[in-house]
Amino acid sequence: MARALQSVAITITAGVFGAIFGTGLILSHMVDPARVAGFLDITGDWNPSLAFVMGGAIVVAAPAFWYARRHQQALLGTPFDLPDRFRITWQLVLGAAFFGIGWGLSGICPGPGIVLVASLTTPALVFFATVLIGLRLADFVKHR
Amino acid sequence: MLPSAEVIRDSALGGVLIGLSAVGLLLVDGHIAGISGILGDALRRRAGAWRYAFLAGLVAAPFLAPLAGVPAVIPTHQTGLIGLAVAGLFVGFGTRLSSGCTSGHGVCGLSNLSPRSLVATLTFMAIAAATVFVVRHGHAFPWGL
Repeated sequence: MARALQSVAITITAGVFGAIFGTGLILSHMVDPARVAGFLDITGDWNPSLAFVMGGAIVVAAPAFWYARRHQQALLGTPFDLPDRFRITWQLVLGAAFFGIGWGLSGICPGPGIVLVASLTTPALVFFATVLIGLRLADFVKHR
Repeated sequence: MLPSAEVIRDSALGGVLIGLSAVGLLLVDGHIAGISGILGDALRRRAGAWRYAFLAGLVAAPFLAPLAGVPAVIPTHQTGLIGLAVAGLFVGFGTRLSSGCTSGHGVCGLSNLSPRSLVATLTFMAIAAATVFVVRHGHAFPWGL
């Protein structure tokens, strides 16, 4: 019973945090590919606003990660699921390079790509569907 | 040129909301707000319900944000459908291979002082900037593009 309750609480709170994340992406206009491309276009009419978004997020999140590194479990009793911080592999660098090509071409990274699905427009759905295919392809390559 | 004070304020406040979401998911639920990871894991068997709930929250955001006084944003796409399809494949494949995207490596990883995420973030930022340069200013090359 306690376990079922914990699972329900985690699910509901995760939904709320997803909505807050999406609202942040909308308020900061990161769901607009033109705004993101404006940041990446450093030799053109550079728009640094993405740096303020990342800066704002990191300033808020860094203390929580500092806490999580020094403690065992989250408020709802689950252990902190922290990834490795130091292993630099060819998958990391090559994957980031591939992501950079796709991000530069479209101006859309996964978060905004999911938020844009709500618009049900063809460009948004095409991007989202191909992201899903790409994710599965990488799973296939990694776990072969 | 620096954007208007209003744009800087909304960017920073939006970033703060993203940060608060990452803090909540970490301190309350114990999870990293890495969106490509959550989406990729949601495609696998026996993915936790929290992943679907988080993704549903993201999709619900455009409907909820106006209730919180955040106006809707009309996206301006940078490329046609074929370009978006190619880009989507690269984004999905690349983020899964490198285990993170702008949120997982860029926000959470850098907040966690992870050298691994710093390498990933510098790499995808540099390659993305180079890609935009070639697409927008490639005609400036003497050999043409």
